[in-house]
Amino acid sequence: MGLTFSLLLVAALILAVFLGVEALGLSFLFAIVIPYLAIATFIIGFILRVVKWGKTPVPFRIPTTCGQQKSLPWIKQNKIDNPFSTAGVVARMALEVLFFRSLFRNTKAELVDGERLTYQWEKWLWLGGLIFHWSMLIVVTRHLRIFLDPVPGFVRIIEKFDGFFTVDLQNVYITGILLLAAVTFLFIRRVVIPQVRYISFAADYFPLLLIGSIAASGILMKYFFRVDLVAIKELTVGLFSFSPVVPQGVSALFYIHLFLVCVLISYIPFSKIMHMGGIFLSPTRNMANNSRAVRHINPWNYPVKVHTYEEYENEFRDKMRAVGLPLEKDGSEKEAAAAKE
Amino acid sequence: MSKLPKPNEMLRINYMPPKTGWQETPVDFRPGTFLYSGRPESLETVGLPNPRQWSPEDEDWKLPENWKEIILEGLRERLDKFRSLRIFMDTCVRCGACADKCHFYLGSGDPKNMPVLRAELLRSVYRKDFTTAGKIFGKFAGARELTVDVLKEWFYYFFQCTECRRCSVFCPYGLDTAEITMIARELLNLVGLNIDWVVTPVANCYMKGNHLGIQPHGLVDSFEMLCDDIYDITGIQLDISFNRKGAEVLYVPPSGDVFADPGTHGLMGQLMLLHETGLDYTLSTYNSEGGNFGLFTSHEMMKRLNAKIYAEAKRLGVKWILGGECGHMWRVIHQYMDTMNGPADFLEVPKSPITGTVFEHAKSTKMIHITEFTADLIKHNKIKLDPSRNDNYIVTFHDSCNPSRAMGLLEEPRYILKNVCNNFYEMPEDTIREKTFCCGSGAGLGADENMEMRLRGGFPRANAVKYVHEKHGVNMLACICAIDRASLPPLMHYWVPGVSVCGVHELVGNALVMKGEKKRESTLRFEPIGTEEDE
Repeated sequence: MGLTFSLLLVAALILAVFLGVEALGLSFLFAIVIPYLAIATFIIGFILRVVKWGKTPVPFRIPTTCGQQKSLPWIKQNKIDNPFSTAGVVARMALEVLFFRSLFRNTKAELVDGERLTYQWEKWLWLGGLIFHWSMLIVVTRHLRIFLDPVPGFVRIIEKFDGFFTVDLQNVYITGILLLAAVTFLFIRRVVIPQVRYISFAADYFPLLLIGSIAASGILMKYFFRVDLVAIKELTVGLFSFSPVVPQGVSALFYIHLFLVCVLISYIPFSKIMHMGGIFLSPTRNMANNSRAVRHINPWNYPVKVHTYEEYENEFRDKMRAVGLPLEKDGSEKEAAAAKE
Repeated sequence: MSKLPKPNEMLRINYMPPKTGWQETPVDFRPGTFLYSGRPESLETVGLPNPRQWSPEDEDWKLPENWKEIILEGLRERLDKFRSLRIFMDTCVRCGACADKCHFYLGSGDPKNMPVLRAELLRSVYRKDFTTAGKIFGKFAGARELTVDVLKEWFYYFFQCTECRRCSVFCPYGLDTAEITMIARELLNLVGLNIDWVVTPVANCYMKGNHLGIQPHGLVDSFEMLCDDIYDITGIQLDISFNRKGAEVLYVPPSGDVFADPGTHGLMGQLMLLHETGLDYTLSTYNSEGGNFGLFTSHEMMKRLNAKIYAEAKRLGVKWILGGECGHMWRVIHQYMDTMNGPADFLEVPKSPITGTVFEHAKSTKMIHITEFTADLIKHNKIKLDPSRNDNYIVTFHDSCNPSRAMGLLEEPRYILKNVCNNFYEMPEDTIREKTFCCGSGAGLGADENMEMRLRGGFPRANAVKYVHEKHGVNMLACICAIDRASLPPLMHYWVPGVSVCGVHELVGNALVMKGEKKRESTLRFEPIGTEEDE
């Protein structure tokens, strides 16, 4: 159901922009109004969400430790997977964010012969995820060429390496192809593996289909149905200098690409794609395991009702005295007095 | 207690998800898989809401009229108090990496035991009431209404999670189901939904200082019995003290070990070691163990039970605190105690008077783990050990969930084991250290009525033991957790007959050559040393 819904939704979005531009002539809407709205939604929504997270306190120090703690000096500590210092945390987070350290641990459990549990090599999800995210980053960076004039040097360098391969004398950007391949892998995996399909709903299929469609439309524009890049740059630079003009002679394919990007970025603050911000704030990963050495402060720590030693001794004084336990108050005289009365 | 299936029947596990979606699949309170409700007297003792007689199998759970309001308000409050909860609600991408990392999923095949779906049980309700997308798109955004059926599902599955944190190791964002379960249980407690195996120990611990409810004189008797046993074995009379002011160290023993084998043997080992070192320590009857079932109830209850440790240390005027081999206790001590009940500025940084080692890593909390203490002694050659006394044992080590994944206490116990026994083998790499498997009975799930689910949850652990049992002839599973010592013996009995369970310090006690001891003829289990033990 989630799958069908997502497919229909993406198809409807594509149809909407196609009809909007081709039949209704709503170029102004799709070229200028919607991009502005999308960017505003993205920036405001993203900031609000991160601020909401950031403002929520971290009452306890709860890192998930994945290696030896720092204790006795002759025991070798795992400084990255069980960091004691900020430097260790930075290293742990860098490995997590840049190389998906935790996902790299992944294994596949299988019950062999109905009695033996085995844990097998399973790095495909890690590999697919890593290719997907890195390709996405490079593709987005490459797109800075369309927004910035002059084109920054690092963008040119990235383009040079990315376009190392040529087909029919034309540079082929490998990351574009990898992005489409990886997103296809992630989608197929989600549909084909029964357990993963079982946990998935529309919000899982929709972004994959959306990103897949964006990548596909981008590839079509680059290699098969060339678009007028000068006109497009005129639009983007205009958008960023707040003097936008609707470009002339730009194909519907471009509008589809642009509109889907707008949908994607405005969808981010309301969706699981926020994990790109969340990972930095995850308390099980971004905290040092030094809670016995440095007291962590809980801003809302409040006094609680406890059963005091005094109450305890009052209840058990006689029994304690009978087995010779030391007492704070030996109530025997008082009791004797009470008995007299 | 329901009849247990045989191991081969138990292993007919169907990992294929059912035809119906998880939101449309109602929870089935099948005997053997769920826990009984908390008895009202226990709830009253600690002032928990809605004490009453009820059973999970009943149609009517006798909830307060405004239960839904209470839960949603409780959730709102916690979303504002715990960044962890907010992040964990918002960032899951359902990649599925956690799915086959949960021992309950591996042992049952129930998709709602995949950590991702366990979290979705709460997350779906969060979306419905606290997110824009959920409010607008409802079901398509994975949102659902909080109903009594949803609440029943929560009760079933959040008391079918042992808060072991294994999934959190594998999650690319570190999402921690233990945290989600802890908070979900807090919410359940707001309307009086708890299990007796948690709330009655909590009430006991609150009033009497230990989870079994042993009163001070009973406690003194129990320890004296252990001392008698030690005398019979070693010829040495231990002089232990309780509630003694002016001692240098307060020793907080593991939970419940004084009560039953093999915990008793491990505790004897710890007492023998402390005697041999001449450490000036005392025990407390007010705070007679460090276990903390408050951790399985709510953060507040955890704090209320934990408060006794510092309070007693202060009253007795000790310098620092030593804690025994106990799993969940150490989660609380390591990650919560100082924050909740500190600062412990009335104590000194722990320093071993025997070796002179200053335990800098515990300079704020001022409490160290007994394996840290013992490893340091061995390293400095301060105790004499004869590992051949453990030659009957072929040992492997079970990392307990909390010391491994909420602390990183991995090498200390291994170092001790390698010094006190001659035959030590590790289980497969994917099942030890931070990847260790839970015994299946942690976080308050060690009751009898859910034995089938405990055995299922413990299956991955048992299976790894079986591997070394068959490959190396391992016959002794050492651990540093009181719940392990209570729950692993039946688990071994069911899945890997021929493997016994012990605390690390039981083997220390066997190997420890004490000054003035008589010739040891038996182990702490009164089994002969050096000859084949009876199976």
